[in-house]
Amino acid sequence: MNSVQSLIQPEILAQIGFAGVLALTFAGALIAVFPRNILYNVLGLIVCLTGVAGLFLYLGSPFIAMMELLIYVGAICISIIFAIMLSRPLHLDLPKRHLPKVGLSLGVGAVVFIMLSAIISRTAWQPAAVRSSDWSITTIGKYLLTRYDLVFEVISLVLLVAILGSIIIAGYARRRPS
Amino acid sequence: MNSLSVYLFVAALLFSLGIFGVFQRRSLIGMLIAIELMLNGASINFMAFNRFLAPDPIVGQIYTLFIMGIAAAEAAIALSIIVAVFRRLRSINIERAQELRG
Repeated sequence: MNSVQSLIQPEILAQIGFAGVLALTFAGALIAVFPRNILYNVLGLIVCLTGVAGLFLYLGSPFIAMMELLIYVGAICISIIFAIMLSRPLHLDLPKRHLPKVGLSLGVGAVVFIMLSAIISRTAWQPAAVRSSDWSITTIGKYLLTRYDLVFEVISLVLLVAILGSIIIAGYARRRPS
Repeated sequence: MNSLSVYLFVAALLFSLGIFGVFQRRSLIGMLIAIELMLNGASINFMAFNRFLAPDPIVGQIYTLFIMGIAAAEAAIALSIIVAVFRRLRSINIERAQELRG
């Protein structure tokens, strides 16, 4: 037992876990963008969001990581899968690639990434002088109900309107077939 | 390895992959997936600045929660529009959705 503990250092284990989470995120993002079958894209998005939840865990916030899994993987990805099932038979036609378009968009993405990474590597980030170390969920709840009260209410109103609007849009399309 | 710039590079890579996906795809659902990638890059940025720089480490988490709420609303609206467009045109290819073209 003692030899095993000396063999596997917790820091090295944390490094390996971090590399695994990064690999999960990148692989998921690549699968989410590149294949032409739309179902593979959704599965890649699920893998990528799980990796992002792991990144949030490494950033010291298990609550946000759980919310990420719950909202993105549990709600958004499942509803995207429902929309795929409702819209197009998967076996019909894979959309053909248009090679100049793919090349141009690859160029645009590369330019954006190069600019962003130049900005990131040139800036000297200064941490704030006084930093509180309060990370707890209790404080998140307190802030949500005091300082960010109005934003919280407006977000819930936006969600309500979005739910009603999506029901109305999908329902009208059913009632008036062209 | 576990430093601010690593997280910022990850977020930038996710964001540019999302931009690439939005420009490259022709199905509406593929574009929606790419937009979700871009939103996730933004939330990673918020959480990283929150962890390493911010004076109050609660605010970034609250902003990430708000981003998730906005993303959920956006996905609901976009998927209902996609279903409506498919029922009308029998296709979700954006190059066929040209009824509004002047």
